[in-house]
Amino acid sequence: MMSDDEIEQPELPAEELPLGDWHRAHGARMVEFAGYHMPIQYEGIMAEHAWTRENAGLFDVSHMGQLMLSGEHTAEALEAIVPGDISALKEGRMRYSLLLAEDGGILDDLMITAAPMGLYLVVNGAVKWDDISYLRDRLPDEITINHMDDRALLALQGPKAVDALRRVVPGVDALYFMEASSYLWGHEPLWISRSGYTGEDGFEISVPAEHVAAFADALCAQPEVKPIGLGARDSLRLEAGLPLYGHDLDDRIDPVQADLSFAISKRRREEGGFTGAGRILGALAGGAPNKRVGFTVEGRMPVREGAPIFAGDTQIGVMTSGGFAPTIDAPIAMGYVETTYAMHGTALEAEVRGKRVPVKVAAMPFVPHRYHRRGQVIQKGTPA
Amino acid sequence: MTRYYTEDHEWIEVDGDLATVGITDYAQGQLGDIVFAEVPAVGSTLNKGGDAAVVESVKAASDVYAPVTGTVTQGNDALEADPALVNSDPEGEGWFFKLTLSDSGELDSLMNETAYKAFVASL
Repeated sequence: MMSDDEIEQPELPAEELPLGDWHRAHGARMVEFAGYHMPIQYEGIMAEHAWTRENAGLFDVSHMGQLMLSGEHTAEALEAIVPGDISALKEGRMRYSLLLAEDGGILDDLMITAAPMGLYLVVNGAVKWDDISYLRDRLPDEITINHMDDRALLALQGPKAVDALRRVVPGVDALYFMEASSYLWGHEPLWISRSGYTGEDGFEISVPAEHVAAFADALCAQPEVKPIGLGARDSLRLEAGLPLYGHDLDDRIDPVQADLSFAISKRRREEGGFTGAGRILGALAGGAPNKRVGFTVEGRMPVREGAPIFAGDTQIGVMTSGGFAPTIDAPIAMGYVETTYAMHGTALEAEVRGKRVPVKVAAMPFVPHRYHRRGQVIQKGTPA
Repeated sequence: MTRYYTEDHEWIEVDGDLATVGITDYAQGQLGDIVFAEVPAVGSTLNKGGDAAVVESVKAASDVYAPVTGTVTQGNDALEADPALVNSDPEGEGWFFKLTLSDSGELDSLMNETAYKAFVASL
């Protein structure tokens, strides 16, 4: 018996993150991911997934790169390589954006927050070193790039995340989705945003590395909180319809193909002036040849990354993510198909181990997002 | 009846020239929550070490190999409705398939329970 995921060989020995021993002490099974020893699961992916959807799950995402860009005109300079309206970002507000190559391909997806010290970026762990060198090459010398590798990053996700975190860090409940601010935990500075990668309400918390174990203990002392591994993180984000860089996004795909056109701000569409604008604005106007879509899958057999997608005898796409969705209790998938086939409800087939499996293009998210958005009417006491 | 084990974490219980095959408790623990299992068709011929069945956890698909050469006489249909049987009772109700042995001499290369336990302890 051999797992598909045991075949991948890391190029360098995996490194230890600040919470490595903490995870082992909490019963995690560790795997190598993005060059680090990371927890794949504790009690089991299904149970951890359900816990996060119903309570609050604590994720260690310290493998991700936390960068602070500071100096004069940082927003204007960053706008040369990302398509968002970064200059308009008010302090304490954040935006999902894309790091773009010259040809419009996606080098990474990232979060950009206007912080008091400058622009705070969170980038993917697997490509953070490439991102840093790309930023150094492309940004003017006057802009300082501080890779804050002395800080850990935690995510607390789920409908009860706010109840748990406000007890540990009073005041965080004042944040709305995609807002961030600084807080103190004792004497330790935290940077907290109301954001995440599960589709649930929740927070991402930047903590000094030497205090993260104590902070994680303080969170797990709350009855709503359990530690959650990377396995459930992946199934949660797939149900939320959120793409994973290196799987659903890469440097051959532009933002329009990736169905991430929302990340290209109105002003930037009018003015252009970002790398790859030619291809991307062309695709916005004339359409892209293929598109990222979600799929429901007939039956129980998971359809996974790499499965070809057919319309009759013709291959018209490929799956880039797929697996079993615990909340839905059925397999779901995400992939790219020729734009002609991207309409919701289109019946297609995927091929798994030589067999055809009926799949249907479906709206994403598969599980509705439950973000705590500003201006949203909250019906207190109404069952969800 | 005698039970043998492979280094790929299959078990095979032999009764004359009939045998039942499944994956070990260690294997199901490593895989985690099983969401799908595909068993071989009755009448299909399996070769020792070749692909025999597929087991899928939330995160990945894994192959189950044939511990010996033989012809499939029965697949465990219960796994279709309840693949989690592989987690809850891997070495009992969670069996994968039964087959007739082509060459009982192939069993000599497999481990007994004591040897398998030592093998797992060394991992």
